[in-house]
Amino acid sequence: MITCEESKTICSKNQYKEASWSERFNMYLHVLMCKTCFKFSRKNTKLTGLCNEASLQALTDTEKSELKKKLDQNS
Amino acid sequence: MNQEEKIRTPHQLNPTTWVDQYADYLYNYAISRVNDEELAKDLVQETFFAGLNSAKNFKGTASERTWLVAILKRKVIDHYRKSNSKKGKAEIRMSYNNEGEGSWLEEQIADPLSKSENDGIENEELGMAIHECISKLPSKQAKVFTMKTIHGMSTEDICNELSINPSNLWVLVFRARSSLMGCLNENWFAV
Repeated sequence: MITCEESKTICSKNQYKEASWSERFNMYLHVLMCKTCFKFSRKNTKLTGLCNEASLQALTDTEKSELKKKLDQNS
Repeated sequence: MNQEEKIRTPHQLNPTTWVDQYADYLYNYAISRVNDEELAKDLVQETFFAGLNSAKNFKGTASERTWLVAILKRKVIDHYRKSNSKKGKAEIRMSYNNEGEGSWLEEQIADPLSKSENDGIENEELGMAIHECISKLPSKQAKVFTMKTIHGMSTEDICNELSINPSNLWVLVFRARSSLMGCLNENWFAV
């Protein structure tokens, strides 16, 4: 039996399709019995949907550090 | 600090944290308006420079972010002004094909029920809301979440770059996601 913390972590992992078969099995078993984790799992899936919908963009780390460097030089 | 004191304390500018806190937020704002990644990057950079140069004019009535967004807004408008003045005048392009029925004017009117248009607006707001929430996360969580979700990097690459092990990574992702759910909750999880 896995804990709620573990189940939620696996659930997050599963959002990126990287949970293994046995992890998924354990999680589903847990979710069947645990209402909190069931709700969490539904919300988590919804969050993935929202993130996809929003077509998020972000600067990469290198771009950010370049930007920082430029700002430092300027100030 | 209670609510009243918070209101009375003027906001402070702290340029050293700008890039980490606001770059992505501003970048999304810019990209949804100019539809060009390179240009959006330039606009964000210009915004930061302009912010630094006019920091002394900051009165502290608005938050740092609102102030920076206001500058970016001007930059976007300036960009469109410039690109229009090159052509000599503003132009409106309308494409019209004869295939539809009815008067062409009627067909040009925005459809208030149009799914794609309304979705566009809503998605933009959603994007800004998510970025606002990401900027409230602890920096390591924000970093991992951005790398994983937005840049779609592989687990291995992230682990190498941040020198953490995969189980650490997933715990960070889990914490980030739970905070995001809480943060987005009221407005976006209405089922």
